[in-house]
Amino acid sequence: MTVETARPERARPGGARAYLALFKATGLGWLRDRSQVFFTILLPLMFMVLLSSVFGSTDSTVPRVLEVGEAPVLDRAEAGEFEIEPAASLDEALTRLEDGEADAAVVQDGQSVTIHHSQANSTAGAIALGKLSALVDRANVDRLSAAAPGEPVLEIDTAAAEGTETRPIQYLAPGILAWGIAISGVFGAAGTIVDWKRDKLMRRLRLTPASVGNFVGAKISVNLAVALVQTAVFLAVAALLFGLELSSWTWFAAPLVLTGTLAFLAIGVVIGGIAKTGPGAAGLSNLVTMPMAFVSGAFWPLALSPDWVQAMSYLSPMRYLNEALQQVVVYGDSPAAVLPQVGILAAFAAAVALIAWRTFRFDEL
Amino acid sequence: MKGENPVTPVDGIPLVAMDAAIEVADLRKTYRGRRTGEVRAVDGVGFRVEAGEFFGILGPNGAGKTTTLEIVEGLRKPDSGEVRLLGRRPWPHSAELTARIGVQLQASSFFEFLTVTEQIETFARLYGASRERAAEMLEQVGLAEKAGVRCEKLSGGQQQRLSIACALVGDPELVFLDEPTAALDPQARRNLWDLMRAINADGRTVVLTTHYMEEAEALCDRVAIMDSGRILAVDSPAELIRELDAPTRVTVAAGQLDEDRVCELAAGDEFVLDGDEVVFETRDARKLLTALASEGALEGLAVRTASLEDVFLHVTGREWRE
Ligand SMILES: Nc1ncnc2c1ncn2[C@@H]1O[C@H](COP(=O)(O)OP(=O)(O)OP(=O)(O)O)[C@@H](O)[C@H]1O
Ligand SMILES: [Mg+2]
Repeated sequence: MTVETARPERARPGGARAYLALFKATGLGWLRDRSQVFFTILLPLMFMVLLSSVFGSTDSTVPRVLEVGEAPVLDRAEAGEFEIEPAASLDEALTRLEDGEADAAVVQDGQSVTIHHSQANSTAGAIALGKLSALVDRANVDRLSAAAPGEPVLEIDTAAAEGTETRPIQYLAPGILAWGIAISGVFGAAGTIVDWKRDKLMRRLRLTPASVGNFVGAKISVNLAVALVQTAVFLAVAALLFGLELSSWTWFAAPLVLTGTLAFLAIGVVIGGIAKTGPGAAGLSNLVTMPMAFVSGAFWPLALSPDWVQAMSYLSPMRYLNEALQQVVVYGDSPAAVLPQVGILAAFAAAVALIAWRTFRFDEL
Repeated sequence: MKGENPVTPVDGIPLVAMDAAIEVADLRKTYRGRRTGEVRAVDGVGFRVEAGEFFGILGPNGAGKTTTLEIVEGLRKPDSGEVRLLGRRPWPHSAELTARIGVQLQASSFFEFLTVTEQIETFARLYGASRERAAEMLEQVGLAEKAGVRCEKLSGGQQQRLSIACALVGDPELVFLDEPTAALDPQARRNLWDLMRAINADGRTVVLTTHYMEEAEALCDRVAIMDSGRILAVDSPAELIRELDAPTRVTVAAGQLDEDRVCELAAGDEFVLDGDEVVFETRDARKLLTALASEGALEGLAVRTASLEDVFLHVTGREWRE
């Protein structure tokens, strides 16, 4: 025989309701934490400003050209196309090129135009060379047309030439974005785990009817939402202020950064499991993300890196995120082209998550 | 049938009575640290809390109160021993059980950067309670005018009260409060006492840990005195003191009575003539006080009956240290 104690039915707390409440609570907390906002949104933008001014200053400025003696071809340049300064002799011009005071020097001897371009600043020199060649071509076309009116002439499509050249922002933007996603994932997860160990909130939540899974899920969801906002803001600024041309496949950056974020969160959980304090977690996170960034091609094209860096890069999840973002966002490749990268990122996320699960000591929370 | 205690095996353990809110038997927990060595935090603890009771665990720092509570709540696994909470094992957690208990942990734990209202409403939703209920709880703990303040800006006492409000928002039958009045000023402590009495008067079972003797005396139906991981005595404060059978100490100013008279009044009980004071240790305080009154020798009168402090001294063999 048993006795039933009659208690009024209480509303059973629903899983979805609990999840939404926790999502809102953690999301609000994130928004109000200025250091988080700085870290995830502003820091990558600052890096973009910094790096594009280091690598990309030549892009925005007008090539500085030295006119050695008289070079009538330069008269045909449009206003503002070049910054032209006179030089008395070729020797003087070459010295100034070497000192980086100018990007190219032009010598005209009758029908022959010689262009000396800067070796000191090779990128700027190359750009000056390209523009000067185009100018000479225009001059030739004009002359031919004048000599044989009605005769069709072949024109060079300079616009196409410009489109294929790799401007610094094109490799910088996906790289910095991949790095931004990586640090907010790794640092965010590691810091959260250490906080949970310290502030006992997790213990309190374990004693509510909501499951711990709800809370962890809400926390991951906030991180994923943050990654999406971070990506949108970053690409918008890159496009509007730095002239990054976004392809029509840009939306596919969303699943890419989400997969990447999962991988980086998993790395952060492993770190948070090892670290005892906030500074410890930050230090370890740096120790992991810095090499990962350096060998990933995020800040410097891999093609220009030493072989060992290129070999190491295959171990860095940032490489795959960077590569996939670049192909889809910058070059407009279809998502099918980056499926290998997505697959590797997902496999990486799963493997690290498994390690995190195995090594994590839940009783520390 | 009334009056018959059903003996129904639940999870293999026979229940003695259905109205026990908590049953604990022979709990043991040893912390093992690489550097700290072994700490026997809980060493064979057993007790029983009836439904509707106000139960206190009284003990000095490090006695093992928090560890015991955490095991009972299901936050820690004991090395050995059994716990029944409302007739169930607290581990693994079940939503049905956690919905019926409310917990205030020793360290306040809140969502970062949220206001008082946002905090308690989040907890309300986790317990399936309404926003009205959340507002009501803020009112009850006297935090209504702090509703828009960020939790980290609250004073220690206000944080404790918010923590209690979060524990109550799910309308629990059983409430655990771990040192809610620690580090509060006397006024705030009294306010919290009133709140705790009200919680218990609502019909909720309350389990309170404290290291304040007078708090346990003032609030608890029964107190367990704990030290070094063991429970040394469990009973109502009055009964514990009565069992001690300690004399009442009556003090008056010296000089009102000559020594012979003092001897006579003591009537065989102990007394101390100590400079400007006479201290009687009497078994019959009423008779002594009546005699002193008729002598007109009540100047500097102080009467001190035994307290839990004496009980602690008696059961542990050492002074209470706070
Ligand atoms: N997580 C832990 N790891 C190792 N030892 C612990 C841990 N928690 C508590 N202890 C030790 O166990 C003993 C009992 O601690 P507990 O926190 O249960 O005491 P308490 O009675 O709640 O004390 P207080 O009044 O200070 O809150 C102490 O000696 C403490 O040092
Ligand atoms: Mg304690």
